[in-house]
Amino acid sequence: MKRIAIAVALLILATVPLWIGNSFYINIAAQVLIYAIFALSLNILAGYAGLVTLGHAGLFGVAAYTAGLLITSGHGQLVVALGSCAMTIAIAGVFAVLALRGTGLGFVMITVALGEICWGLAFRWISVTNGDNGVTINVRPHPFGFSLESAEAFYWATFAVFLLTIGSMAVFVASPFGAALRGTRDQPRRMTALGYNVWLTRFLAFLFSGFWSAVAGLLYLYYNQFISPEAVSLSSSAEALLMVIAGGSGTLLGPVIGAGLVVIMKDVASAYISRWNFVLGAIFVLIVVFMPDGLVPGSMRAWRWLNSRRVRTPVAATATPAIEVADDGA
Amino acid sequence: MTALEVRGLNKSFGGLRVTGGVNLIVEPGERRLIIGQNGAGKTTLFNLITGELSIDAGQVLLFGSNITRAPTRRRAHMGLARTYQIITLFPGETLLRNVTLSLLGLSPLRWNPLARLDRQQHLVDKALAALSRVGLQHLADRPVAQTSYGERRRVEIAMALAQEPKVLLLDEPFAGLSVEERGDVLRLIGSIPRDVTIVMIEHDMDVALEFAERITLLHFGQVVVEGSRAEVVEHPRTKEIYLGA
Repeated sequence: MKRIAIAVALLILATVPLWIGNSFYINIAAQVLIYAIFALSLNILAGYAGLVTLGHAGLFGVAAYTAGLLITSGHGQLVVALGSCAMTIAIAGVFAVLALRGTGLGFVMITVALGEICWGLAFRWISVTNGDNGVTINVRPHPFGFSLESAEAFYWATFAVFLLTIGSMAVFVASPFGAALRGTRDQPRRMTALGYNVWLTRFLAFLFSGFWSAVAGLLYLYYNQFISPEAVSLSSSAEALLMVIAGGSGTLLGPVIGAGLVVIMKDVASAYISRWNFVLGAIFVLIVVFMPDGLVPGSMRAWRWLNSRRVRTPVAATATPAIEVADDGA
Repeated sequence: MTALEVRGLNKSFGGLRVTGGVNLIVEPGERRLIIGQNGAGKTTLFNLITGELSIDAGQVLLFGSNITRAPTRRRAHMGLARTYQIITLFPGETLLRNVTLSLLGLSPLRWNPLARLDRQQHLVDKALAALSRVGLQHLADRPVAQTSYGERRRVEIAMALAQEPKVLLLDEPFAGLSVEERGDVLRLIGSIPRDVTIVMIEHDMDVALEFAERITLLHFGQVVVEGSRAEVVEHPRTKEIYLGA
């Protein structure tokens, strides 16, 4: 049943350009996938490692700016992709070394500060980043000779990367390292006593998360052909965290659903509702109140509850006549 | 060579001295009981031995190796395992996964992000064997959250035993258990082979005395009495401080 549901969902996603038709909505779908990749990368830290970060847009921005600057200085696409990922992983390492010195709220505050430093550099280091005007690129890449200029081609390329992302996340989560990472989230002290290096486990998780943030940042740049300090801001980090929490942190599907919710509210519902961010806030409050684990775990719990009621109902139905017969007999 | 040796261990929290010049020598295979009133520094002593608390002064030796500066995780790899007074399990995971995590802690496989953990049959088999040893194999697939307190206590011991430690520190393994469960856990601890040295903190003197060969009485972070079971029980200071006159 689960496999059939996954296959149907993948089929629907793979054929989006065929049944949507409209380029605007195909582009929205591509954006959902880009933000889903970003939210999945954040989910490694916030969901599986228990490290809630509010500076992740900094890593996303580092990737996009590095790629933008490499492209504008005339480098080839392979150099751009590798350079951008390498730079982001290196910065993720710096983030980890600094942020892992703190725990709980201290950790969150350090990540806020690091994210703000990235934003400050993007905004104020005008000679490199072009400040508020951002960095513009003229063309999208042509991997293996395929043009990604059309909305359909870009969507399918993004979908392929999304599949790779979610596949690698599934492997990661089911692996011994993934189990160890969850252990450091639940009982760090116990994990140390069991022989785990909690700090190094978290550090490596940071690098893995940084890599997928880089992939999302690259796709964002290719999609918009533009990067500005806004994408690096604290509100972007908070938005990504909102996607993870709303969908369900520590699940594979949750961040994807959360990304869909936020992007659709922001880019589609905003055309019809002027106070869309008020509506998004209200939805988030409802999720927190009624499904505190997020939409995916909450829906699964509701489904199990409904199933259990459905199973109990026939028992009650058969029990009633038995009592009636007994009454008649009396 | 001693299994565990503690020399002149000192620890203070601010102005409060919680461990003052503690010396302890535990021979290989020995069953040592640590007793003392609440606040005597028993769990603190365990935390200092495992490295979960840093030492102000003194040394800890494990089979002759000075582990004073070794991080906690390194001590686990050297054969030191412990259980906790307050049960410290992974509540969202099954009993099998809890014990598997314990086994994984000493395996290089813990760094592997590509293999599937549930397909590591050698780990699963060893975890099931450890659960079987504590009589919980039939609950292997049950989440910790759905087990009783007594079963959780036994999982704690299974996790420690799964690592095949040389020295096992048991911190109040009978706490919160029913009389029947205490009997089960005592039999379980009694069945641990002699190649494992055991140091246990316990308040329940009925079960603890049955286990102990030598006893150390701590009082305000200092060793007050130490000796064989009979010597310590008969000692006037033990009666004065711990057993009551």
